[in-house]
Amino acid sequence: PCTGPVESKNEAAMSEMVPEPRQKPVVPMKPMGINTSLLGYIGIDTIIEQMRKKTMKTGFDFNIMVVGQSGLGKSTLVNTLFKSQVSRKSSGWNREEKIPKTVEIKAIGHVIEEGGVKMKLTVIDTPGFGDQINNENCWEPIEKYINEQYEKFLKEEVNIARKKRIPDTRVHCCLYFISPTGHSLRPLDLEFMKHLSKVVNIIPVIAKADTMTLEEKTEFKQRVRKELEVNGIEFYPQKEFDEDLEDKTENDKIRQESMPFAVVGSDKEYQVNGKRVLGRKTPWGIIEVENLNHCEFALLRDFVIRTHLQDLKEVTHNIHYETYRAKRLNDNGGLPPMTVETEENHESNL
Amino acid sequence: QQPAQFTNPETPGYVGFANLPNQVHRKSVKKGFEFTLMVVGESGLGKSTLINSLFLTDLYPERIIPGAADKIERTVQIEASTVEIEERGVKLRLTVVDTPGYGDAINCRDCFKTIISYIDEQFERYLHDESGLNRRHIIDNRVHCCFYFISPFGHGLKPLDVEFMKAIHNKVNIVPVIAKADTLSLKERERLKKRILDEIEEHGIKIYHLPDAESDEDEDFKEQTRLLKASIPFCVVGSNQLIEAKGKKVRGRLYPWGVVEVENPEHNDFLKLRTMLITHMQDLQEVTQDLHYENFRSERLKRGNRLKIEDEEVNKDKILLEKEAEVR
Repeated sequence: PCTGPVESKNEAAMSEMVPEPRQKPVVPMKPMGINTSLLGYIGIDTIIEQMRKKTMKTGFDFNIMVVGQSGLGKSTLVNTLFKSQVSRKSSGWNREEKIPKTVEIKAIGHVIEEGGVKMKLTVIDTPGFGDQINNENCWEPIEKYINEQYEKFLKEEVNIARKKRIPDTRVHCCLYFISPTGHSLRPLDLEFMKHLSKVVNIIPVIAKADTMTLEEKTEFKQRVRKELEVNGIEFYPQKEFDEDLEDKTENDKIRQESMPFAVVGSDKEYQVNGKRVLGRKTPWGIIEVENLNHCEFALLRDFVIRTHLQDLKEVTHNIHYETYRAKRLNDNGGLPPMTVETEENHESNL
Repeated sequence: QQPAQFTNPETPGYVGFANLPNQVHRKSVKKGFEFTLMVVGESGLGKSTLINSLFLTDLYPERIIPGAADKIERTVQIEASTVEIEERGVKLRLTVVDTPGYGDAINCRDCFKTIISYIDEQFERYLHDESGLNRRHIIDNRVHCCFYFISPFGHGLKPLDVEFMKAIHNKVNIVPVIAKADTLSLKERERLKKRILDEIEEHGIKIYHLPDAESDEDEDFKEQTRLLKASIPFCVVGSNQLIEAKGKKVRGRLYPWGVVEVENPEHNDFLKLRTMLITHMQDLQEVTQDLHYENFRSERLKRGNRLKIEDEEVNKDKILLEKEAEVR
């Protein structure tokens, strides 16, 4: 099924479309302008297949950032999400390493393949965030990094001789890890999300959720949702960007009931009832990561990867990036920033 | 002739002062014990639940948990709750000193000032009482033990943990505790414990050391002491909820994947922590008196000689009046 008014919005992002169209429930579509059923089959719908083939050949970029205090399971969760060893944990990082004195930004790229589709996945880790005694403004290096990626993209866009496919290093999704205290958010959580929800898609997750019973989890989630609302924090999927009623209904349910997802991560497998499952072994039972009765990891995975992956990229490109671009152009008096490239070999007509 | 009340007067020359410990014991039981336990750690680490579990009580019946926005402006508070517990005729007056707000702020630079001031104030008060004329009913509010809660979610000690412990290790007995231990597998626990012990040594932090069992104690006690020492820091789970498990009711936490039993030594170190605290209450008080308090006292007296004289001058008249009253 055609995914509606795609063409007008996605010019720059077209080469990076997800081949598999978003799973939408059956809903009456807005009537198309031209009635194509009259004179026989034209074949317009084959464009989807052509785009799909093209995407499979070119692959696409996805950049996910993880933010949270040391030890909340960020690296493990990302490995679990992509069922690959893609995080800092697996690239020679030793967990015995000291906590860095300032926030560092570490981006690790991997190409993973599934069903013939190649994804260039970049995991951006932020070690040192929230770990110091004085954490004032510790979000600044992160905000700086995000803006730097927008700037990089902008510079490429305004170039005279542009690359056919601009490499996209912009952060499409920021998973913010909330400590499972069972009480409330911490002041740092509020400050971070207040500042950063305006520049990037933030998806709050409750880490190491196996520390809470079902009641504690429900209560905590309700409390966190309330706190986020009261403090005016718009996490992804943002209400103002719901495209139509269908989106709104689906996203409302996610926003008001499922989020923040209470997750458990693991890259170890155990045998449970004859199946091999990803889980955590404790003296009182095995916690199955993909079992919805145990935790909401599967919901997070489906949300980020199986249903909203493309939307995350679209919102980043059409909203966050455009906001950045508009501000930059305004600051520059309505003109595009001058491209004075020294490191890269771009032609300009100067 | 020896009075007949002493046991075993067979040996000639038996005097009978071997009965002294019994007398001390009887007097102490009559007097009752006082113990002050301070509890420090970030919000949400399971402190209150653990204290309630240890003493089988609810020390915080009307508790309201503040939201993040409220915590932004808050400074560290000191809240002391006292409860009297009696068991088999022995009375314990337990004071639990809480430190809400510790570790919550974005900038925790000033987080320990309030706590250190409190500890020093108790020492100061005791010093003052001890040096006073009427020493009959000195109340001992000195902090005998501090449970320092380390997060089970981290990879070891945080910078704040290190700085705080170094700031108070010469003032109070520190017992590091890892609560919410049910979030860790057994292997993760061992790894975390070892990491913490290594870091404690690396930074020269002095935590409370259980004294070795005396050579004349029985084997069981020696073994128990060995086990206790080997389990520090204790990884515990707290709960006062009764759950049905294996046909009986136990205190625990019910998860979809199983039940964590508080008093099951295979599940966590709760029993060890409780045993350690109860069997070493006396020692904790002694170390506070003989080491931490004496340190404070000598520092204070060396430092505050000027102050002491001033005090004396002010009190001279008062002392004269009191002496006169006594003579009369």
